[in-house]
Amino acid sequence: MAIRAEHINYLYGEGTAFEQYALKDVSFEIHDGQFIGVIGHTGSGKSTLIQHLNGLLRASSGKIYYNDEDIYQDGYNMKLLRSHVGLVFQYPEHQLFEVDVFSDVCFGPRNQGYSKEEIEQRAREALIQVGLEERFWRQSPFELSGGQKRRVAIAGVLAMQPEVLILDEPTAGLDPRGRDEILEQISALHKEKKMTIILVSHSMEDIARYADRILVMSHGEKMFDAPPKEVFRHYRELEQMGLAAPQITYVVQRLRDQGIPLKEDITTVEEAKAGILELLGKAGGEV
Amino acid sequence: MIREITLGQYYPVDSVLHRMDPRTKLFGTMIFIVSLFLADSLKAYGVATIFLVLVIRLSKVPVSFMVRGLRAILFLLLLSVSFNLFLTPGTEIFRIGFLKLTWEGLRLAGFMALRLIYLVIGSSVMTLTTTPNELTDGLEKSMGFLNRVGVPVHEISMMMSIALRFIPILVEETDKIMKAQMARGADFESGNLIQKAKSMVPLLVPLFISAFRRATDLAMAMEARCYHGGEGRTKMKPLHYERRDHMGYLVYLVYLAIMIFLRY
Repeated sequence: MAIRAEHINYLYGEGTAFEQYALKDVSFEIHDGQFIGVIGHTGSGKSTLIQHLNGLLRASSGKIYYNDEDIYQDGYNMKLLRSHVGLVFQYPEHQLFEVDVFSDVCFGPRNQGYSKEEIEQRAREALIQVGLEERFWRQSPFELSGGQKRRVAIAGVLAMQPEVLILDEPTAGLDPRGRDEILEQISALHKEKKMTIILVSHSMEDIARYADRILVMSHGEKMFDAPPKEVFRHYRELEQMGLAAPQITYVVQRLRDQGIPLKEDITTVEEAKAGILELLGKAGGEV
Repeated sequence: MIREITLGQYYPVDSVLHRMDPRTKLFGTMIFIVSLFLADSLKAYGVATIFLVLVIRLSKVPVSFMVRGLRAILFLLLLSVSFNLFLTPGTEIFRIGFLKLTWEGLRLAGFMALRLIYLVIGSSVMTLTTTPNELTDGLEKSMGFLNRVGVPVHEISMMMSIALRFIPILVEETDKIMKAQMARGADFESGNLIQKAKSMVPLLVPLFISAFRRATDLAMAMEARCYHGGEGRTKMKPLHYERRDHMGYLVYLVYLAIMIFLRY
C-alpha cells in the first residue's frame, strides 16, 4: 500500500476571524500502481489535499501513512518522502530558474545527493521520458514554448525517480495536442514504469480515459471514491457540485431516453462508438 | 508559513469609522499623533485614553487586532523604557552599580511607553478601518495641491495602490514557488550563510520573472482600457464629506483644544 490518509482536517487561518476548513475529515487509501483521478470545483480542496501527501502542508488533525509509516512521527525524513512522492504543481513552468534546460532538470537529483554521473543519467532519462528532443537541452528554459516548458518542469520531478507521481492540472492552458501528448506520456509512465499516478484535473474526459479510480472533492469533503463508471452514474449530483460527467455520458443518456438500448455505463467516446456499432450491426443483421 | 505577514490589514466590518471619508481618518490620525506629543501630564494621557477607547469602540474591530501591531515594536518599547528608567537624572529610588532608578525616570518611562503604544494603536485603527485603496485615494486628494508645483500626485498614488495590491499576490507566489522547489528537494533552512544565500536562487529567479510578467500584463491591460495618467480621469467612487465627517472634524478640534489647554 502506498498512501493512506485517515481523517485529515485542514484549517486555514487557525485562530483568526478568517478561520475556514479547507479539508474536512478526508480518508482514503491509494495502492501501488493505481491511477487515481482527483476532481473538484475550484476551491474544493483538491490542491490542498495533494500537498498533504508529500508533507508540504501539515494536517490540523488526522494521520497520513506512506508505506505504513506515519509521516508525522518525530524524526520522519520529509526530504526522503518528497523524493518518493513527486509533486508537479499547477503551471510548473513558473518554477524554472536555471541557465539551461538540462541543469534545471538536474536540480532535483542534485538535492537528493547523487553523484554527478548519476544525476546526469537521471536527467537524461527524464527528458527522454517527457519526449523533449535533445536539441533543446542546452537552451535556456525561458526560450521554449509553453508546452515545452511544462515538459521540462515535469521532467524536473521525474528525474527524482519518485514511486508516486502527483500532477496538479498538468494540462491547464495547453492546446489540445499538447494536452494529449502530456497525458499519453503520463499514461506510459503508469503502464511501463508501474508508477502510481495521482492526476488532479477538472476535465472529466481526461479522467474518464485514464484513471481507474476517482476521488471527487467538494467544499473540502470527499464526496465519491469509486471507479469512473460508478462516479459518472451520479452525474446529477456532480452537476450540483459544479462539475459534470463527460459529454458522451449525456449523449448516451439522451439516446437511452429515446429508447435506444445502449449500456448505461459508457464514459468514453470509444466505448460509445463500439456500443452504437454493435447495435447497428445487430439491427443490420435482422434486416 | 510566510502567508501570515499582515500589511494591508483591513478588517471588514460595517461601522461609522469604516464608512468615514479616508481624508477624515487621515487627518484624525495626524491630530491624535500630534496630541500624544503634546501630552505631558496624567490628565492629558487620561483624555487621550478616553478618546482612543471611544474610537476603538466605534470601529467595532476586536481589541486583539489592535494590539497585534504592538508585537512589531516590542523590542523598541523595552529598549526605550529601560533607557528612560535608568538614565534619567533625579530623585533616586535605588541603584545597581552605575544604574539608578529615579522617580523622574519612572514617570518618563511610563509616559514614553504609553505614547508609543497609543501611536501604534492609533494608526492601526486607521489601517484596520480603511482599505489600502481608500487610503491612497484619500492621500491623492489631500495632497492634490502638490500638483501645482509639478509633483505627479496621481501617478505616485497609482504606483502606491498597485504596489499594495501586489504584495499579497507576490507573497502567495513566493509561497507557491517555495513549495514547488521543496517538492524537488530544495532546502531553505539549513546550511551556513553562503549556502542559504545560494539556496535562494531557485526562489528569487522565478519570483522576479513572474513579477515582471505580471507587471507587463497589467500595463498592457491598463493601456487596453485607455489609461493615460491622471488628467481628466474621473472616479467611480468620488470622495465627498458627509455629516459624519463634519462631526468627526468637530470632535477632533474639541479634542485637540482640550489637549492644548491641558498642556499650557
